[in-house]
Amino acid sequence: MSLGKWIRVAGLCGALAVSSLVGASTPMAPSFTLPSRGGDTVSLEQLKGKVVMLNFWASWCGPCRTEMPLLEQMHKRYSSLGFTLLGVNVEADTRDAERWLQETPVSFPVLFDRDSKVSKLYDVSAMPSTVFIDRKGNIRYLHKGYKPGDEGEYLNQIRALLKE
Amino acid sequence: MNKGIAVRLVFALALASSLSACGNIEPWVKPYERQQLADPIMVANPNPVSSAYMDHVYEAREGARGALGGGGGGCGCN
Amino acid sequence: MTFAACKSRFVRSIAAALLSSPLAVSAGVLPDDRADALFHRYEGGGVTIQGPSVLVRKKMAEKYAVSANYYQDMITSASIDVQVSGASEYKEERDQYSLGFEYLRGKTTYSLNYTNSAENDYDAETASFGISQDLFGDLTTISMGFSRGSDTVGNSTDPTFSQDIDRSSYRVGVSQILTKSLISSLNLEVITDEGFLNNPYRSYRFVNPADNRLFVLAQEIYPRTRTSNAVALNGRYFLPYRAAVYGGYRFFTDTWGIRADTFELGYVHPLKRQWTFETRIRYYQQNNADFYADIFMRQNQQNFLARDKELSTFDSIALRIGATYEFTPSNLRFVKKGSLNLFYDRIEFSYDDFRDARFSMLPSTDPNFRPAGTEPLYEFGANVIQAFVSIWF
Repeated sequence: MSLGKWIRVAGLCGALAVSSLVGASTPMAPSFTLPSRGGDTVSLEQLKGKVVMLNFWASWCGPCRTEMPLLEQMHKRYSSLGFTLLGVNVEADTRDAERWLQETPVSFPVLFDRDSKVSKLYDVSAMPSTVFIDRKGNIRYLHKGYKPGDEGEYLNQIRALLKE
Repeated sequence: MNKGIAVRLVFALALASSLSACGNIEPWVKPYERQQLADPIMVANPNPVSSAYMDHVYEAREGARGALGGGGGGCGCN
Repeated sequence: MTFAACKSRFVRSIAAALLSSPLAVSAGVLPDDRADALFHRYEGGGVTIQGPSVLVRKKMAEKYAVSANYYQDMITSASIDVQVSGASEYKEERDQYSLGFEYLRGKTTYSLNYTNSAENDYDAETASFGISQDLFGDLTTISMGFSRGSDTVGNSTDPTFSQDIDRSSYRVGVSQILTKSLISSLNLEVITDEGFLNNPYRSYRFVNPADNRLFVLAQEIYPRTRTSNAVALNGRYFLPYRAAVYGGYRFFTDTWGIRADTFELGYVHPLKRQWTFETRIRYYQQNNADFYADIFMRQNQQNFLARDKELSTFDSIALRIGATYEFTPSNLRFVKKGSLNLFYDRIEFSYDDFRDARFSMLPSTDPNFRPAGTEPLYEFGANVIQAFVSIWF
């Protein structure tokens, strides 16, 4: 590698070290690319500048299923304002998810994380898990699980992030 | 005999709860890997009315009783 | 005389079964709302017991749940004990009501349960409390429970007769997910009974001093306390082609000298999307209580005397086949899904030290007559049918 590249790498490492010491509260959302239900691939990089809500769900998870219609409403309401919802399905075998989505269709992109790469990347420790990523690509809020009433908090956080 | 069992019960509990105290061991089945465990055929007691009845059928005719519990598993959600 | 040898035992056992009834364990999520209507029928050994059992469960705000159960036994009994005592077939009815509450907070579920059972000469009440906690990334569930029961034993031939039984039960369980496809659990339970533990209608027999080929009946005398310990290990494994195999072993001992082993192995096989088939085999063996004997040499031979075949040395083997059909009613928006179920169990009991005393009650000139104590060992088979409908809403 050239000297210039070395300096850039060193600088990046330094910045990372400093940022990890200073602000674990706004870590960068790890980037990823996953196949979507529509057939194309979606990557997080493409969505920089938008407020992104990642929802890790599975068709076998009761609270996830309860949450989905509410997420659909949120996506419809705010997608024109620069908000997008990505449903990351964590099932290795996606047939049950496809079947469930036929009965309960959603309009936001549903991505398939069949080998759990993104689940591991985001250290998913509860089902469902919801991650809010701001326009700059930082993780701002993390929700573990879903209980009726949580959607109120989601809406507040979406509005707060959209204002930025 | 009561004391002996009580000691064993406490020991069993301590052993089980020490699993959580062990910060060095990470849960080896992640929440997103519970597809099979969440399957309805893996539910320990899917028909409570039926199993309560069968437990009664046996207990009324046998000397033994007890230790019929067993739940857990499932989706591990929330 | 209305003979009800098995009756009190049934009530006592359902009271005990409720003491030890499995806790409704949930992992951060309460079980779904449901209603079940079951018809049960047991037929074997001269006894027919049938009736309904109805359960309704409802949760609120994903935090609280209420459940209620009504169970009834309609008994027609001409069992071997009835026949040996010389009584005629009797009919009886037992009604039982249960109410349960659950409260979920984070990863902890608290539960309370109350059950009341009544028939004309036996009342039983049980209250229980339980806690279950998920830990370790929801891989481990610990549960603990405590119950208190109080029975009142009556005698339909003697209105002044009234005795009490107090019982307590302590149970602890650990459920552990071992792999993505395997879950196991360990359960321990200690139950203590104190009071009038006999059946007021039941007798032991001793050799007739006037004719040693015949026997005489006398009322059983039981200890006034009994403490039992049971430990059970169970597992359930998901087979890759989508089926499940499960099994378990329970070890039991008590202060009456009984030691019992229970083995169970089952297989669940779903077919297409709506059918589920199940088969199960259960083997049970026990040795007799210290004060049990099929026939004693003389009256009051020892302090405690019993001839209840449930306290004898015996084994039983049971085979089950069951089918479930799931449906999604499109015209009932209130109902999410439903199932129709039919289970059949065949149980064979084989006694090693309980004899068929009817053979020594025959006239001594009858070619089938056998002197008391040499009658053939008793055995019988029973058919158990359960037909039930479940709906989830």
